Amino acid sequence: MRTLNCDVVVVGAGPAGSMTAKWAALGGADVIMIEKRPEIGSPIRCGEGISRSWLERVGVEVDPKWLARSVKGAKIVSPSGEHYVTLDESKAGNEVGFVVDRVFFDKALARDAAEAGAKIMLKTAATSLIMEDGKIVGVNAVSHGEPLEIRAGCVVGADGFESQVGRWAGIDTSLKTTDIITCYQYRLTNIDYDPDFTEFRLGSVAPGGYAWIFPKDENTANVGLGVSLTKLKKPGEVKEYLDRWIASDSRFKNAQPLEAVAGAVSVCPPLDSVTMDNLLLVGDAARMIDPITGGGIANGCYAGMYAGKVLAKAVKSNDFSQQVLQEYEDDWRDKLENTLWRDWMAKEKLISLPDETLDKLTEAVSKVTLERITVGTLLAAVRETYPELVKEFEDLI
Amino acid sequence: MNGGRPKETNILKVIDMKVSAERCHHCGACVGSCPQNAIFMNDFVLEFGDACNRCKRCIRLCPAGAISEEG
Repeated sequence: MRTLNCDVVVVGAGPAGSMTAKWAALGGADVIMIEKRPEIGSPIRCGEGISRSWLERVGVEVDPKWLARSVKGAKIVSPSGEHYVTLDESKAGNEVGFVVDRVFFDKALARDAAEAGAKIMLKTAATSLIMEDGKIVGVNAVSHGEPLEIRAGCVVGADGFESQVGRWAGIDTSLKTTDIITCYQYRLTNIDYDPDFTEFRLGSVAPGGYAWIFPKDENTANVGLGVSLTKLKKPGEVKEYLDRWIASDSRFKNAQPLEAVAGAVSVCPPLDSVTMDNLLLVGDAARMIDPITGGGIANGCYAGMYAGKVLAKAVKSNDFSQQVLQEYEDDWRDKLENTLWRDWMAKEKLISLPDETLDKLTEAVSKVTLERITVGTLLAAVRETYPELVKEFEDLI
Repeated sequence: MNGGRPKETNILKVIDMKVSAERCHHCGACVGSCPQNAIFMNDFVLEFGDACNRCKRCIRLCPAGAISEEG
């Protein structure tokens, strides 16, 4: 069997994997990143809406190749449609959002990893961990149909929502029914809408989740929704929710689909540990998706950067023990853990609220002056108006 | 530790869960949500492993309504 040797093998070439590969390679690590699909970034499994502020902090330059649209603001609409919280550019400074093209965004990040010196292998799927004397020493893979052994000092599981690497290693990434959102989305064209605002719609249009419109161009947007698994009664129901919303909203009267996207996101509390001797997890594989927004790219990129930097250090001492990787564990927790807990608790609360309460809540928050729309500022506004809703986690707000 | 990934020999005895290739979007929602880690996607083919305990979470969860019980 063919064998390759490297310092770090990254399983999965999404944003978190590419960031890990890039920062590890920049620090001198010999990195191989494998991707089971024949194309990085495709097929898309994402709403593609991101906030802008974090890109610079993880060293990602805005590139017109992947920037589909820069929106002027965000609008959060109550279940009845009568109340909404809106925030536009004039108030928001630079804190407004981007809608990206993941097909190009993921490739741009992988290109950065390649420029830093990482090697990329497509159509290469990890099939199991290689264990020797109880120690993880790499992954077995199938590359273009041929078996391949990739031996490495550290295995990085960046294999997304359906992560196998963590499970093979014995890290419990299993999800409770209440912590899974099932999603369906169309890229709809020929729609008549405001292409300058992202829209989030609450309530029974998407029970336990929300419905979204993320503008791609003047008459095309990603239109989708996510429903809590606890609210789904029959197969394929999430698509029925979406089709029903689209049929009921006059903006979509003449709409036609260009693409259909299915998927699930985790909305769980942070895991107890994502590191062990010779292995770590990043991004969706490490269940780092924000439980309120369902967004995973920013958190995955932060984690990837932290992991890559720590791996670069580990290479120098040739020590990939958990003790060394703990620095990564500390870094991502320092940045993300409180927010993940806060947003998980907020999600648990919001999921229990009927449409009438969400309407009142939206109305109340709409009267509060916000400087930015983030989960943090919105929850602070809720605390001002409905303090009892957030009293269990107000210290995290 | 692999949740009963099917070996060549036992793929055929796999059970009473059925995947509609016509409906499946290959999104991996079922793979990541399976409490038993008993679902695998290999080159766009979904397989159920021995570890499946028929909890049927995947049937409700599949956004495309592609999973059902056989029979």
